[in-house]
Amino acid sequence: MVAFIQNCVDALSLGSLYALAALGIGLLFGMLRLINFAHGDFITIGAFGLIVPSRNDMAIMAIGSLPVVLLVPAACAIVVIAALLSDRLVFRPLRTASAPTLMVASFSVGYIIQNTILVTYGARPKTIDLWSSLGEQLHFGAVRVPRLEVVTIGVTLVLLAALTAFLKRTRYGVQIRAAAEDFLMARYLGVRANLAIGVAFALSGILAAVVSLLFVSETGTLTNVMGVPLMLYAFIATVVGGMGSLVGAVVGGYTVGFLAVMLQAYLPDGLRSFRDAFVFATIVFVLLLRPAGIIPTKALVQRV
Amino acid sequence: MTGRLRQWIDAIWLPAFLCAGLAICVGIGQLVESDSISVMLTEMLIRLGVVVGIYIFIGNSGIMSFGQIGFMCIGAYATAWATLDPNWKQIMLQGLPYFLKDATYPFPVPMLMGATLAAAVALVFGFPVMRLSGIAASIATFAFLVVINSVYSNWDSVTAGTSSIVGIPTFINPWGGLAFACVSIVVACVFQRSQIGLMLRASRDDEIAARASAAAVERVRLTAFVTSAFLIGAGGSLYAQFLGILTADTFFMGLTFITLAMLVIGGIGSLTGAVVGTVAVTLIIEILRGLEGGVVVAGARLALPAGVAGNRSRCGHGAYSDIPRPGARWWRGGPSSVSLARA
Repeated sequence: MVAFIQNCVDALSLGSLYALAALGIGLLFGMLRLINFAHGDFITIGAFGLIVPSRNDMAIMAIGSLPVVLLVPAACAIVVIAALLSDRLVFRPLRTASAPTLMVASFSVGYIIQNTILVTYGARPKTIDLWSSLGEQLHFGAVRVPRLEVVTIGVTLVLLAALTAFLKRTRYGVQIRAAAEDFLMARYLGVRANLAIGVAFALSGILAAVVSLLFVSETGTLTNVMGVPLMLYAFIATVVGGMGSLVGAVVGGYTVGFLAVMLQAYLPDGLRSFRDAFVFATIVFVLLLRPAGIIPTKALVQRV
Repeated sequence: MTGRLRQWIDAIWLPAFLCAGLAICVGIGQLVESDSISVMLTEMLIRLGVVVGIYIFIGNSGIMSFGQIGFMCIGAYATAWATLDPNWKQIMLQGLPYFLKDATYPFPVPMLMGATLAAAVALVFGFPVMRLSGIAASIATFAFLVVINSVYSNWDSVTAGTSSIVGIPTFINPWGGLAFACVSIVVACVFQRSQIGLMLRASRDDEIAARASAAAVERVRLTAFVTSAFLIGAGGSLYAQFLGILTADTFFMGLTFITLAMLVIGGIGSLTGAVVGTVAVTLIIEILRGLEGGVVVAGARLALPAGVAGNRSRCGHGAYSDIPRPGARWWRGGPSSVSLARA
């Protein structure tokens, strides 16, 4: 029983990371029909932004050594700038392009980011020490939980609440939701398309930055492709949850997190190395049962 | 009589034109008698055949599939099983069935085995999945790619796991690649002019109208999926017999993205686009690869082998060795490090 609770906490924490990353992808998909494969690389940028650019194996902290209240905004700013730049340089000229074109464009943005980091920071993984005090364990009865997991879950809840408030209460939030519902109609009603999209890219950048900070303090290593697996799982999560629905993205994130942790914990030994195969086979199964995802959105239903 | 002749010419000029164009490329390439050009041409032609195979499904059905490269993996490994030295197989691949473990087969057999196996897997996987449309179908195919990769990189007794399989006899030259590319082009042409192809294209343009006009959308999609898998499996088999060395990660995200980019850049809904896109992207890659070695200006060679930043920090000759090559493993299986770290 203790082991099960322990696994549940692990799953909640991993699911939180996926949910945050999935929200970043879902926000843009809702408005632009853009599946942003570069989102994982925004996460990578957030992590590399912490250190001084050099090809040395030893990473020297730049903004990573600042106190938390300065570090988090600084990391967010770096990723937001990268996200806005990619919108301005790549995605804005492609506003009218088809979904596959946008997707290939986002692959390309991802490759450019990965290789730029490769050239400036070198190819060897770097170790950094961010908030190592979070590794300490907290005891709840017999259950031991690393402080980081509590922080991850807490931060996710706060961010979800803040994002909901932003989307429901502020002018820009309402515009984003209108644009996600029906982009053309929203423009007719006076939503400034590029501004709303810019805000969505910025939000997506902030989410990516938070994910990268949490992820780096967990793993402590930086590589130029570190964001890619996170992006893949998050992307799956948005689809399983219901493409275009933000609630769906969160639900999908937690679903995928639970699947990954529980299969890792309870698959028999001989099959454990095939965990990814089982995770993804389950996802195919979920899609067969609910093709529009767990929480379908009306916006994507084809009207005759 | 002229009407029928006209129809016949209409049907044949496009594949004939494309194949002739490729044949001329190969002919010119062979005149130069350079090994590197010959290797480049072979790889391009095999990829071209594969991209045309991908086009048969994606281009005609309008469903973006990320899974087709998985069939290449299946075809390539089946070929390795059928061609490797039995002594090696008995040590490294003990889980193989006897008809594979104790025997080797001459050329067309391994390719047909690979292609048939790929098509069979496509039939089983496609049967339920072809009911899905749009993004759900894309994700299901993507999940298929990950499942195949995960199985082939972990099933040690049959695929040697993550270690490479070496010693597959290599004999594919540009003419072999050309033959494969031309067969793919002809199959694609025949398919898209057939009744099934037309129904599939109708479902791409408007699924509901196509269903209303009695197109059995699932069935025609499945036909395209299996045909595509057969060709791609054959392509994977040839690729194995061209490289001579196999790892499951060759057939993963990197190759998927580059082949999809080739298709999208050429024009996702057209066969000519698939061919032109492959040639164009290959040329870009080759030109950039040429620049990597430096540019000769007035007899002096200008090169920055470690990049601009590399010269500044004096990384020495080791700086280049750890840069991932195409096909190198750039996605390290899943985020297990997150959950495993404290398990």
